Amino acid sequence: MKSNILPALRLSLVLLVLCCVIYPAIVWAAAQLAPGHGEGVQLSQKGRVVGFANVGQKFSKPGYFNTRPSAVDYNAQGSGGSNKGPSNPEYLAQVKARLDTFLLQNPGVKAADVPAELLTASGSGLDPHLSPQGALVQVARVAKARGVAPARLTALVNANTEGGTLAPQVVNVLRLNLALDELAPASK
Amino acid sequence: MSQEILAIIGIFLVTVLLAIPLGRYLAIIYRGDRSWSDFMGPVERGIFRLSGINPEREMTWQQHLVALLTINLGWFFWAMLILCTQGSLPLNPDHNPSMSVDQAFNTAISFLVNCNLQHYSGESGATYLSQLGCLMFLQFVTAATGMAACVVVFNALREGTHDKLGNFYSYFVKSITRVLMPLSLIVALVVAFQGSPMTFQAKMPVVTVQGDSAVVSRGPAAAMIGIKQMGTNGGGYFGVNSAHPLENPTAFSNAVEDFSILLIPIAMALAFGYYLRRPRLGWMVFGVMTAGYLLLQVPTVYLEMHGNPAITRMGVDQHLGSLEGKEMRLGAPASALWAIQTTVTSNGSVNAMHDSLTPISGMNALLGMMTNAFYGGVGVGFLNFFVFIIVAVFISGLMVGRTPELLGKKVEAREMKIAVIVALLHPLLILAGTALSAHLFAGDPKEYAGWLNNPGYHGFSEMLYEFSSASANNGSGFEGLGDNTPWWNISTGIVLLLARYLPIIGPVAIAGLLARKKYIPESAGTLKLDTATFGVMVFFVIWIIAALAFFPALALGPLAEHFSLY
Repeated sequence: MKSNILPALRLSLVLLVLCCVIYPAIVWAAAQLAPGHGEGVQLSQKGRVVGFANVGQKFSKPGYFNTRPSAVDYNAQGSGGSNKGPSNPEYLAQVKARLDTFLLQNPGVKAADVPAELLTASGSGLDPHLSPQGALVQVARVAKARGVAPARLTALVNANTEGGTLAPQVVNVLRLNLALDELAPASK
Repeated sequence: MSQEILAIIGIFLVTVLLAIPLGRYLAIIYRGDRSWSDFMGPVERGIFRLSGINPEREMTWQQHLVALLTINLGWFFWAMLILCTQGSLPLNPDHNPSMSVDQAFNTAISFLVNCNLQHYSGESGATYLSQLGCLMFLQFVTAATGMAACVVVFNALREGTHDKLGNFYSYFVKSITRVLMPLSLIVALVVAFQGSPMTFQAKMPVVTVQGDSAVVSRGPAAAMIGIKQMGTNGGGYFGVNSAHPLENPTAFSNAVEDFSILLIPIAMALAFGYYLRRPRLGWMVFGVMTAGYLLLQVPTVYLEMHGNPAITRMGVDQHLGSLEGKEMRLGAPASALWAIQTTVTSNGSVNAMHDSLTPISGMNALLGMMTNAFYGGVGVGFLNFFVFIIVAVFISGLMVGRTPELLGKKVEAREMKIAVIVALLHPLLILAGTALSAHLFAGDPKEYAGWLNNPGYHGFSEMLYEFSSASANNGSGFEGLGDNTPWWNISTGIVLLLARYLPIIGPVAIAGLLARKKYIPESAGTLKLDTATFGVMVFFVIWIIAALAFFPALALGPLAEHFSLY
């Protein structure tokens, strides 16, 4: 044991330099060439940074495409899911309440048209995406609030739909809403 | 939908295809043969010279264990020191506090044993210094420790009678310089270019589009993501691990991170065959592991894609599957794929919240940890499997009335005792820990109300999952469990220690004892290990010992929940 202590300490120190200084330094240097320079891709509106492309933010107003429910209320200082089990009665009642609220805010929409992501919290609480259907089902409400033709918003959603090779197609809600503000600025 | 299934099948096939050359490569570098990575030779010689270690000095199995345990003990003190003082150390732009002693104890042990059970959240509970200098450091060295121990067993099983089994430090350093670091670097660069941050800037306040104020945590995450996936560590940079959009930004980063979970564990199983120059043996191990893995994986993908029946009854559209706790950019099939891969290996990173999986999926994740030998952690997965091989050899020997032999060595009472103790330790730790917690909770539900996030059967599953995860050194969680309390920090800390070191010491001791025995050349009556028949035998030994031992507990938790829901 004794004969191992000193070599073990010295080896640990050397590896500390290799794994915790040299290795991260290489990654850091390379990341300077990545989109966002390793600091995350930021999006701006009228010269003001309004968030990160990959980090979901809360959209709850009727004039915007709304994001999914979040267990951390899109507070990106932390992250978290609801961790509710599938049979938890309190949780199921909450999902039902979200459905009722959604149907109330979106008159004319039937329950069968509401995709489940609009009623369930994501794993991170910071999910930046919706399925295309999750955005399309909100078109009528947003069009009314903004006073634009629904067809133009449908086209906007389609233009912002991405992916679909390795995972389902998604719409980045922040990008979509930025494009929406561009297309039809909120009246107030 | 069918395209996503093709995508996850593709990810798995690519992993296996790349694990074959990696397995060959592992055998070559651990045997010390010439390889393309010999350009690392001077670096390794430099490391050994600075450390005052002679990498040529051969060790007995006892010397290997002493070296392994000594250096591990040193890391424990390092981790405690950093975690308890991180608040006042540099590289803490977010001004996060130091950990409490019981939380630091749990975290230090959990990273020391390659488990990465996290009773803290990276954003608020750790600093940039402790993430890189303590947690990520342990992710490298503990993965390499498991690989080195595994190679000692490989070495002991070669033909002939031996006492000396190579040099621990040599295996250990090579695992880092020639395997873990290059592979982690590739993954880190991929995720960095997909959008993961690698910055030392503090968290950033923003005013959102609709006018709320928000703060976004960042940090040097990309570097850590590489090794946490490659080394079956699983300890994420951010609280929700690879569900976090900065830790796993795209479907492509998800595919690469997912691929990294299984790559080395599969390669290690194949390396067993290549190292002994009996490749069929490696394929037997791989076949048994894959059969067990698929048995858990297929129903999980099916169930997650079909949604939560209680929500279906509300008339909602669930054609994308069960989405509670899942991310849209990843989707239900890829989340189900990850959930099982991360639990059959001892990785434990997550890209969806396991607490919200449908009950049978949660059970399959539990079973992955309860067997803990279908691929398993880097190095240690094979060690667990080796124990089951010993038991299967013994039972097969008894069935045909011959002295059990493993690769030309007699397996006798001493080896069997060690194997059985190691095999039964795992169920004992899980079931006793869960039983104690359930007893405490039932005795005073008010006092412990903060523990469980869900009532009934699912609440029981949360406790069962925590101890399974601790004992399998997995690190994932049913995160609804309020686990940052002295009871959970200390009890799982103890389970972690026992469940890491005994399953390393046991197999290394067995292999060391076997290596010294007289070598009996193969004859017509020798039990052939590299056959399908023996593979089936091992499979059932694993199934009976590891899976059926847990049946009563599973019946009380996930099974009961399933039948109440469907």
